[in-house]
Amino acid sequence: MQSSTGRSRRRAGGSESAVEGRGAAPADVRFDDPWYDALASGWGEVDGTGGAPPVVPAAREEGRAAGDVYVEVQRSAAFQEVRRRYRRFVIPGVAIFFSWYVGYVVTATTAPGLMARPVAGAVNVAMLAGLGQFLTTFLFTWAYARHARLRRDRAALDLRWDTQELTRGIAGGER
Amino acid sequence: MTGNHQTLALLLFSVFIAITLGITTWVSRNRHGSAEEFYAGGRLFSPMENGFAIAGDYMSAASFLGISGLIALFGYDGLLYSVGFLVAWLVVLFLVAELVRNCGRFTLADVVAARMSERPVRIAAGTSSVTVSVLYLVAQMVGAGTLVALLLGGEGEAARAWTVIGVGALMVVYVSLGGMRATTWIQIVKAVLLMGGAIALTVLVLMRFHGDFDDLLRTAAERSGHGAAFLAPGLKYGGDWTARLDFISLGLALVLGTAGLPHILSRFYTVPTARAARRSVVWSIGLIGGFYLMTIVLGFGAAAIVGPAAVRASNAAGNTAVPLLALDLGGGAGSTGGAVLFAIVAAIAFATILAVVAGITLASSASVAHDLYASLRRRRSKPYSEVAVARTAAVGIGAVAIALGLLARDLNVAFLVGLAFAVAASANLPVLLYSLFWRGFTTRGAVWSVYGGLVPAVVLVLLSPVVSGSPESLFPGVDFQYFPLQNPGLVSVPLGFLAGWLGTVTSVEPADEAKHAETEVRSLTGAGAV
Repeated sequence: MQSSTGRSRRRAGGSESAVEGRGAAPADVRFDDPWYDALASGWGEVDGTGGAPPVVPAAREEGRAAGDVYVEVQRSAAFQEVRRRYRRFVIPGVAIFFSWYVGYVVTATTAPGLMARPVAGAVNVAMLAGLGQFLTTFLFTWAYARHARLRRDRAALDLRWDTQELTRGIAGGER
Repeated sequence: MTGNHQTLALLLFSVFIAITLGITTWVSRNRHGSAEEFYAGGRLFSPMENGFAIAGDYMSAASFLGISGLIALFGYDGLLYSVGFLVAWLVVLFLVAELVRNCGRFTLADVVAARMSERPVRIAAGTSSVTVSVLYLVAQMVGAGTLVALLLGGEGEAARAWTVIGVGALMVVYVSLGGMRATTWIQIVKAVLLMGGAIALTVLVLMRFHGDFDDLLRTAAERSGHGAAFLAPGLKYGGDWTARLDFISLGLALVLGTAGLPHILSRFYTVPTARAARRSVVWSIGLIGGFYLMTIVLGFGAAAIVGPAAVRASNAAGNTAVPLLALDLGGGAGSTGGAVLFAIVAAIAFATILAVVAGITLASSASVAHDLYASLRRRRSKPYSEVAVARTAAVGIGAVAIALGLLARDLNVAFLVGLAFAVAASANLPVLLYSLFWRGFTTRGAVWSVYGGLVPAVVLVLLSPVVSGSPESLFPGVDFQYFPLQNPGLVSVPLGFLAGWLGTVTSVEPADEAKHAETEVRSLTGAGAV
């Protein structure tokens, strides 16, 4: 991963406070958008050793010890911060777009009179509401991607390496 | 249809088939036969490639021909479909794509089974995935048959049967030889063709009206004979309360079903990271949203230029609106331009069907081999044997789909797609969301949630007016209709969630805290992701 560290990209200021509290990443190592444009190399690094078997099932079969690592990470402040950021964005987001969609469908089926009210020329409320659904979908997509990129990616990546280090230690370095 | 159309369209079909078979051979020239490669294409696709492939996987003939046809016939009510199909992607983006990429390997069951007692969960999730896939597959096969029958005019019956068999055979070749890599490239090619065709037609329609969308709407409303009512909801789903509830039910199934479709979920495993999965969904939302915006123009354009009466005369369900529109835009029947444009549109629709069919077949063969076979039989040590099973499963699923496609050839395509979405929303989505987000979710809850959504969804359809009791039913002669709605989503989706909750609170064994921690940490950070 260090190969991609030379690039400097703008990043949101306060997003790493929780992670840096753990002293996980040295200051000079910048994991900035690791897979942004280097997918192939990024992939190779995840696995470490080229043709190695998948890590996941192994981690699971290691029994209690590996499980303890995950419990420990789950309780860590850094992870709870990532989870909180994810939930604080996603829960209201889902609530808003889902009720806006359901409201639109229910209004269209129960109050066609309201929807037929003309606005400008041939364009009526229904047409505006339908195009509004398209518009809000694009806006939500943009907002989610931006939030995830600026507020979650970096912290999640640090946690990922830390967790994998811990589980690897238990498995005796063999993975 | 004149001979001109036929020859040209068949020529274009053959070119597309030749290109895709070429891709399949090229891609499989030095395959290793690993499961990673067969199910997930080696996980090396870029977000943009995967975004196009997702769009290619999702936009079926039902979208291209069906929605614009519905708009041409019923105006605004057709537009309601495209909104549901698009908004569904927000559920995928927010709640599913990244987390599933981080937790799973090849299938939906991987995500659930990581937390639970593996065998019963895999069998349940595998069964529901295969059910959804087969329903979706039959819809596409029927669509292919209809399209070719339309193209060949009256001599259709035998040609239709052969088309269904031919499409089935082709998809088996694509999938069993090329696996995910070939399927993905076919979907990318198809998505590019489909977007290109839609853009060209949209530009031609808008040019016809000098870029005046308002004029287009007014002309469409005038020609429809409904006036302003054509531009407001209610023409198709107005009327009595059953019809309205039916539409709400369909809307619910559409918006929640996408996140449970096995062939969509398996696409997230073809990219290396969760971040790449997110970026591919962003790409696909852009493509799909743009495409549905264009179908609105095409639908109203068909109403304004061709006229609903002519559309209905050609195909009562409106499926021919876009080909007829192309014929007119190219210069009208008998002209060379019309023939060329018509043939191109028909070929794009055919390509669309083939690509979607290949994606679903691959996903369902993965469910059979990775979930059902691995749980029901003693698992052999080498992963190679699982791929061999998957290849065989592709042949078997192809045979089943061909048989059902021939049997159901007079069934409404849109209905089958709606049913597939309803089953996916009832059986797959609850178990997926509970596993990802509910700390106390147990094995019993998972199994109950799958069957508690799957069984009601299927049974309610069997008891609905679609199967019996009305002149348009599958069996018009008999009447065992006890459920008034055509789409079961309104009832079966809540039942799926309820069953999962009930199973969990009644389980004797508590949820495994450590495994929940593992799922949660892995889903949000990507630790240990393959």
